[in-house]
Amino acid sequence: MIDDAMKISIERSDLIKALGHVQNVVERRTTIPILSNVMLQADGDKVTFVATDLDIEVQESTAGMTEQPGTVTAPAHLLYDIVRKLPDGAQISLKIGDDQRLNIDAGRSHFTLPLLPAGDFPKMTADGFTHNFVLSAADLSRLIDKTRFAISTEETRYYLNGIYVHAHDGALRAVATDGHRLALAELDLPNGASGLPGIIIPRKTVAEIRRLIDGGDSDVSLSISDAKIQFHYGSAVLTSKLIDGTFPDYERVIPKNNEKELVIDNKVFANAVDRVATISAEKSRSVKLSLTQDTLELAVNNPEHGNAHEQLMVDYSAEPLEIGFNAKYLLDVTGQIGGRDATLYLDGPAAPALVKDADDPATLFVLMPLRV
Amino acid sequence: MGPERPNSENSELTRLCRDCGLALNGPAACPSCGGRRHITHPELGGLSIAHVDCDAFFCSVEKRDNPALKHKPVVVGGGQRGVVAAACYKARLYGIHSAMPMFKAYKACPGLVVIRGDHSKYSREGRRIKNIMRDLTPLVESLSIDEAFLDLTGTERLHGRSPAQSLIALQNRVLEEVGVTVSIGLSYNKFLAKTASDLDKPYGFALLGRADALDFLAAKPVEFIYGIGPSFARKLNKQGIMTINDVRKRSDREMAQQFGDLGLHLARLARAEDNRRVTPQSERKSISAETTFDQDIADVQLLKDRLWQVCVKASDHAKRLDMAGRVVTLKLKTKQFETLTRRRTLMEPAQLADRLFRSLEPLLEAEANGRKFRLIGAGFSSLSAHSYDGGGDLLDPKAAKRGQAERASDEVRAKFGHSAVVTGRELRRYHVKKEKKELE
Repeated sequence: MIDDAMKISIERSDLIKALGHVQNVVERRTTIPILSNVMLQADGDKVTFVATDLDIEVQESTAGMTEQPGTVTAPAHLLYDIVRKLPDGAQISLKIGDDQRLNIDAGRSHFTLPLLPAGDFPKMTADGFTHNFVLSAADLSRLIDKTRFAISTEETRYYLNGIYVHAHDGALRAVATDGHRLALAELDLPNGASGLPGIIIPRKTVAEIRRLIDGGDSDVSLSISDAKIQFHYGSAVLTSKLIDGTFPDYERVIPKNNEKELVIDNKVFANAVDRVATISAEKSRSVKLSLTQDTLELAVNNPEHGNAHEQLMVDYSAEPLEIGFNAKYLLDVTGQIGGRDATLYLDGPAAPALVKDADDPATLFVLMPLRV
Repeated sequence: MGPERPNSENSELTRLCRDCGLALNGPAACPSCGGRRHITHPELGGLSIAHVDCDAFFCSVEKRDNPALKHKPVVVGGGQRGVVAAACYKARLYGIHSAMPMFKAYKACPGLVVIRGDHSKYSREGRRIKNIMRDLTPLVESLSIDEAFLDLTGTERLHGRSPAQSLIALQNRVLEEVGVTVSIGLSYNKFLAKTASDLDKPYGFALLGRADALDFLAAKPVEFIYGIGPSFARKLNKQGIMTINDVRKRSDREMAQQFGDLGLHLARLARAEDNRRVTPQSERKSISAETTFDQDIADVQLLKDRLWQVCVKASDHAKRLDMAGRVVTLKLKTKQFETLTRRRTLMEPAQLADRLFRSLEPLLEAEANGRKFRLIGAGFSSLSAHSYDGGGDLLDPKAAKRGQAERASDEVRAKFGHSAVVTGRELRRYHVKKEKKELE
């Protein structure tokens, strides 16, 4: 049964911001019709929007004039697309019409959308939080950006499909790996996070919260239970299930005794890798690094597309070494190095390489070589 | 050299001796060999696309090697639970056909001779036949171990005889040198050639010309067309399309809208149009192995043992071909004959059984939820030449060591035979076998 009433008036910019925050979690294809919908709750001078895919729930409130309070659900993507195309500054009226549809009116535009009863909309429970702490949006963004590129997309290793976050030695540590590379970033442990057991935040949740806080400068409150995580940011609340699995013992993957040290200008290196990789085979994207005294030669030999070479001056004084890497993985890592210099700690052609940002001791990366 | 180019040089040729291929003028016996069987067709000289298919190939090879079997019903296939891979013509009289479950074959014909089969022998003999084909034309497109398309367009001058005559010579030469019979379909495109080769089996020679193909096809049911399986046929039948003529009544657009690309393809075939070329050496696309269990298996550990077995088989094959695959595929068939395939793309091409197995193991775990399976298979695709055992995994640092161990075992096996080195998993299987024997 659809509520027979609800009528609100809301400014386009408020509506689009709120819808923009929630609609992304709605899956394009879903077998449960109501999951395509966003729930609108109008009450007083506040309108709340809720969207869910059963794993993540995003809720956002915004100012609006409620003429008739009520709750209803309407197709999220359609509503968002309509509002997006309405002119800037428009005042939008949303109401349940006599036809039991959502009537959207703005200026001369009139739309009606089908509705589904709000009573059927799934609600995610959120309780039993054991750890509560606060991070600045900038700090949380940093933890995510430095690690998310290494999240695995392989569904068979589902426990790698997210960022592993835990308290470690006075730090809050984030780790992601797909078995080919590993990225680690940490922050000083915030109050309330001590003893935080390892949790795995799913990739989609990572993307959603990152979008939500993008460019923001306020604080994010995090609440964590053994199965869920909840973020509060401004008027938005994101609740998500955590991945139920055991993250591998990543510390044994981080090389401890790589003694061949290579210091390079990160930008120059990244540009050179990008250039030679132009002709690398699409499948392997392998780039060969040949190191001799203070010289790094990058080479790509592709029997189909030709060869590429580039020589760089570097700091390297260990014995000569040849080692290959996937160009994309090298670029992913160099892309996360903020300082001028990157340091690579190498061992042999088949041993994992450790990469550090010379200016940022709180991050590290591990790359598995390719044989070339 | 378009496949449909007519051959004008021999367009007056309409009658041949079935036995020696001599061109004849009248219904009298062949003046050369005395044969009384003739092939007559108004387009005999103008057709040059052939489909050559060995008759009950595996069984024919077995009967050749063991003349005592000559008049017995023979099938090649496996065990209590396998399927019939090939059935001789005698066995077919009992209703036995290939892909029939073995238990049904036994039931249909209690005196059935079942041979496990020696695939390396069959592929050797198959290669010999293909080489004889290549003496006629370089355009030989293998479809399987025992059948191929041949494009003989433009070979008249080379051989001094029409394609039909060359094919009769081929038939005779294969029987003489390899000792098995082949059936030939000759037409002006692949679809009709393939259709024709089935019309006069065994040791047959059938033609479909431009003038008779359309009428010939009209009343045939849609599943007569090679490639239209029972499920697609059911879909067509539901829409009232029972015969090939029914297909012709629909426009290409209708067929494409209702049935997609396959529908459009079918619409063209129904008009006897087929522009596909005979392309030699179509590249190998995958390397795989599979096995059907004697009894359905639900237990994940037992399934893994069997998976290991097929991984070793597929990997051995890849090693022989010196190829590696970047995509690995797990195939399962449920008790209800539902086939599942699950695939994964690897970072780097793999050839080792260890990598194949470990890549497929989690896929198997996801599917083995108590269901009973009757078959398991493993394979590589997206193939490339093998260069090295890559695929380093940070989280599996022992992979390199295991890879070296597998290579070392392979070397030992090459010298002392397969059982010189046996993994624990295989050993478990041997034990099961032994126990079973003891119980019996």
